[in-house]
Amino acid sequence: MAVASIPMDKQAATFRTCPVTTFKVDLAAEKLIIANAVAAVVFLAIGGIFSLLIGLTRVPAIHLLPANWFYRSVTGHGLDMLVVWIVFFEIAGLIFGTAIMLNARVVAPKFGWFNFGLMLVGALIVNVMVLIGDESAVMFTAYVPLKAPPLFYLGIILFAVGALLAVIMSFVNVVVAKREGKLNGSLPLVVFGLITAAILAIYTLLNGALAYVPAFLYSLEVIPSPDAALYRNLMWGFGHPAQQVNLAAMVAVWYALAWITTGANPINEKFSRVAFILYLFFINLGSAHHLLVDPGLSFGFKATNTSYGMYLAVLGSLIHAFSIPAAVEVALRKQGHRQGLLGWLRNAPWKEPGFGGMVVSMVMFGWIGGVTGVVIGTEQLNMIVHNTLRVPGHFHATVVGGTTTAFMALTYYLIPLVFRRELKFKNVASWQPYVFGLGMLLVAIGFIATGLQGVSRRHWDISFAQAAFPSAIPGTVDLTLAIAGIGVVIAFIGGGMYLWVVLASVFTGKKTEANALMLITPMWSQPKIADEEAEHLQPRGTFALVIVYLFFFAAYYLSNWWLLGGRVWGIR
Amino acid sequence: MLAPPRVWWKPLGRLEKTWLYIALAWCVFLTAMMPLWFIYGKQNVPVESYRTTPEQHQKATEAFAAKYKVGEETALKIPVVAPPPGDIYMYGKTWSWYPILKLKKGQTYRLHLSSLDLQHGFSLQPSNLNFMVLPHYDYVITLTPSSSGTYSVVCNEYCFVGHHLMVGKIVVQD
Repeated sequence: MAVASIPMDKQAATFRTCPVTTFKVDLAAEKLIIANAVAAVVFLAIGGIFSLLIGLTRVPAIHLLPANWFYRSVTGHGLDMLVVWIVFFEIAGLIFGTAIMLNARVVAPKFGWFNFGLMLVGALIVNVMVLIGDESAVMFTAYVPLKAPPLFYLGIILFAVGALLAVIMSFVNVVVAKREGKLNGSLPLVVFGLITAAILAIYTLLNGALAYVPAFLYSLEVIPSPDAALYRNLMWGFGHPAQQVNLAAMVAVWYALAWITTGANPINEKFSRVAFILYLFFINLGSAHHLLVDPGLSFGFKATNTSYGMYLAVLGSLIHAFSIPAAVEVALRKQGHRQGLLGWLRNAPWKEPGFGGMVVSMVMFGWIGGVTGVVIGTEQLNMIVHNTLRVPGHFHATVVGGTTTAFMALTYYLIPLVFRRELKFKNVASWQPYVFGLGMLLVAIGFIATGLQGVSRRHWDISFAQAAFPSAIPGTVDLTLAIAGIGVVIAFIGGGMYLWVVLASVFTGKKTEANALMLITPMWSQPKIADEEAEHLQPRGTFALVIVYLFFFAAYYLSNWWLLGGRVWGIR
Repeated sequence: MLAPPRVWWKPLGRLEKTWLYIALAWCVFLTAMMPLWFIYGKQNVPVESYRTTPEQHQKATEAFAAKYKVGEETALKIPVVAPPPGDIYMYGKTWSWYPILKLKKGQTYRLHLSSLDLQHGFSLQPSNLNFMVLPHYDYVITLTPSSSGTYSVVCNEYCFVGHHLMVGKIVVQD
């Protein structure tokens, strides 16, 4: 077996015991987590600067950047935010989940640093390439036969290889933890979710290699251009599942935040774990979402893949959409908040950034991101959505409003626990998820409303002033793009608040051992309840909320069919 | 966060079970909508496509344009073509569409789309219909205009730094 070569008998690791969580913390793991988390935040800041420049260019009244800098910025923004920030943070999370949460050690710390180095060098190369010339303004997608300089692809490949090796190391951590007797029985659900994300990541990164390595060789002029349609399939086998990795990691973080801020335990482990398994089996079919109006593919291929088999990955998300709020509701009801249907919600710790961040993330992901995603991914409906601004509207709700907000909220808890610094500016942290969430809500709504009027994504000038013909874009897009622009500014402020709190705490916060899990609100206490099945402990409020959600979902979904059927030319 | 008890495979509660069934039913409905619309709907994603080459598609499009040409527009002298119902051709290249089409409302055309260089996107505005245009693929879109007017064909797949210059035109007459 491959793991036989790992030195099982001599444990080089040194541990400290966390006074709050009683986890035994491997100090080498802690250093790796800090490095990856800091890199993540730095690239979030770079991507954030790009986002403000792009946002202000897309508002027709401001139109800040010249064309080439706009396209460079969109390329840099896409790669930094969608890949670099999130993957660095996920690697930090994976090390936390597979070492610290299991009271185990990182098996090969030096290998971990090697992976970190590869990722850092890769990310730096990509950013430098984007900043020094227009040749690398090929977007996150880099669709062949479009050709960037070889270094651009090399940067992405180095980053992906580093990430792949880091993911493999996290698996080895779990195996070794089991062999060393640190792990008896099942993994905690949060680790189970993180491992789901890691397994998806393997598939994702291998697909990335299949897309980017031929593109790299094409750029070196070793081979002719890869087939455009095949590249799209492989590239989205990387690009879309990468977001599903984020999804699984984000849901794991939701479970973690629910426990940290309210003491919520999953109401039924089976329910939640089956939902993760559904992700594992079905969610990777979603790369077809990007191929729905491509030539060369049949209806059967598109419909089967785009629906994740039978929307079974969506079913997984619908299960989590119930089971996480239900866990919170049951926990709060047990603590005595039993007034009516939603009394527990009124008494929830809204000032706690972990709770606020979790709620903002769930609402943005589920209500805006998930619903619009299903519509965009419906084969026929895609004809009125593909490559319009509705697509960025969707994924800013999922990846930014959802994943990024959740990861930001988790960071606040890592500062006392992992960085062992006192969190500064707690009031700013308390408001940050709401400010950031409001900004992203306006961005998503503004983009979706603009896309509904036919405006494309990624256009520097939607008035086509320099083109051969004008395009009939209605004047109302000025309004909807202004809404998005205001959202960008608010979200930028929200992101700045996050960086302010995190950087100030990490660099100037008082060095101290953590003394409480909660940052602002008093710690919850888990009372002993004799009758778990009692009617007043049932998650009735959550049930009502998910039913309302389903009506919203149905209304948006069906109105899109009405849009397609009523207004569009006959197409076959 | 905490490891579960040794046995966690336990039956679902009443509300969990109800929600699971409702959610599953919704997923079945979402799945069924696509084949139902495929059979009964009037707007479906075209599936007809052929292999071609940029040279072959350019030749076919230019021959077609010469045959049905009724005028020229813009400084680039892009031909305006008024074909009868049936096969019609268009190509995209950085950063223009060729030719300009003049169609009749209510007639059915088979539009052959391909690219001579990069990936492009065919986005018909303001009716907001979007298709991918790839080199080496001849995508046949069978369309029946249901309204008249001047439509623009915006490229909505990023095709390098002149992307925002790429607009074409289709005119539909009564």
